[in-house]
Amino acid sequence: MPERALEIELRLLIEAVYLRYSYDFRNYAMASLKRRVVQALRTIGCSSVSELQGKILHDPQAFMALLQYLTIPVSEMFRDPAYYLALRTQVVPLLRTYPSLKIWIAGCSTGEEVYSMAILLKEEGLLERSLIYATDINPQSLERARQGVYTLDSIRAYTESYQKAGGKRLFSDYYTAAYDAVLMDKSLREHVTFADHSLATDSVFAETQFISCRNVLIYFDRALQDRAIGLFHESLGHRGFLGLGSKESLDFTSFAEQFEPVSKRERVFRKL
Amino acid sequence: MSPTLSQRATRLQAVVIGMSAGGLEALSQMLRDMPEDFGLPLIVVQHVPENHPSQIVEIFQRLCSLQVDEARDKDRPKPGHLYFAPPGYHLQVEMDRTFSLSVDPRVHYARPSIDVLFDSAADVWGDQLAGILLTGANSDGAEGLHSIARYGGLTVVQEPTEALADTMPRSALKLFQPDYVLPLAGIRQLLLRMDR
Repeated sequence: MPERALEIELRLLIEAVYLRYSYDFRNYAMASLKRRVVQALRTIGCSSVSELQGKILHDPQAFMALLQYLTIPVSEMFRDPAYYLALRTQVVPLLRTYPSLKIWIAGCSTGEEVYSMAILLKEEGLLERSLIYATDINPQSLERARQGVYTLDSIRAYTESYQKAGGKRLFSDYYTAAYDAVLMDKSLREHVTFADHSLATDSVFAETQFISCRNVLIYFDRALQDRAIGLFHESLGHRGFLGLGSKESLDFTSFAEQFEPVSKRERVFRKL
Repeated sequence: MSPTLSQRATRLQAVVIGMSAGGLEALSQMLRDMPEDFGLPLIVVQHVPENHPSQIVEIFQRLCSLQVDEARDKDRPKPGHLYFAPPGYHLQVEMDRTFSLSVDPRVHYARPSIDVLFDSAADVWGDQLAGILLTGANSDGAEGLHSIARYGGLTVVQEPTEALADTMPRSALKLFQPDYVLPLAGIRQLLLRMDR
């Protein structure tokens, strides 16, 4: 079956984005990208992907609008509470043995996972000795993560997850509510460095003891999954920990033999 | 001369199935006695609560003789297997005919969404795909089934008067005329004819 016009247009758009703006989506899983681009067409006001390509090549603002679609923020605090419970019981006791900790949250989007991790570390008495690197490719998402403002509606849902994740206090201890929004406690942010970093094109920037990268790899093809896991393997120090999303695995990467499962069910691994 | 419906039914590569309220009962009636060497992969999106572990794989392992699995990222769907989308994730098929998962926003309030699976499968398999839409109290799946029809795939809707919840089948019928509107017994017969 010859390739349809839309698939050709998509490949050309992704190539144009890479050549013009150095954002590399060439090894992303195409089905999600396609849905996102088709949605972007409507709001950016283009009737075809080719027209969108012409527009973003000449108009950086139009590209920033497209980027918001290509990297749709889809984060939640304490998503999969059992993951955080596994961290508390199986990872934290070992992290305690380090005098200082570097933790990398890769693909942090709008920061929900960063605040979840900071809360967990604070309750376990580890936040003061930790430096958290929170990275993403989308500067607008990073800015929102830095601000730490979330809707009151979403916070209600997160409160239940926080409790299920083994939370030791009241979730409301960690934010100030005003009207229909909340501002996360700034002490949670004091140990966080937000930075622009791409798993597709950048290299390792620090030695870390724990990396959490959840529901990012599912958007990558196998080659890019391999690259990302390679970066994590390189960044992790001796016997460092790696946490993935609940449906992600190392099975299809060339690093399957270089990690051992700590919690198979919660996708927590340790470097061999 | 364009191929007849029966001819089209015999050269399929995959079957996608979508359902919501009442779907498990409908699917188990439909798949009862399916031979374990059924010649096509069957890929299912059933709306389920997002934050609960689903028992659906274990249930169907007991109910039918097909090999039942939760669809995994990067797996390649195989004949004789029945795949379910994991709760909380959209399931898609990529051009290299492997599965991919996403946590993109809900579609029709649902994740997994039937439309998301059907659209991506239509892209990949074109006229070698069959789509079946069963009972459900939601309009998810109608547009996806329409996409399958537009790419020349075979489309089947459960007879709405028989469906426990008829919103889903009726939403599809409002959009377009599928190849078949059948009760579950008829869909079962049709599936057996798809088995080469």
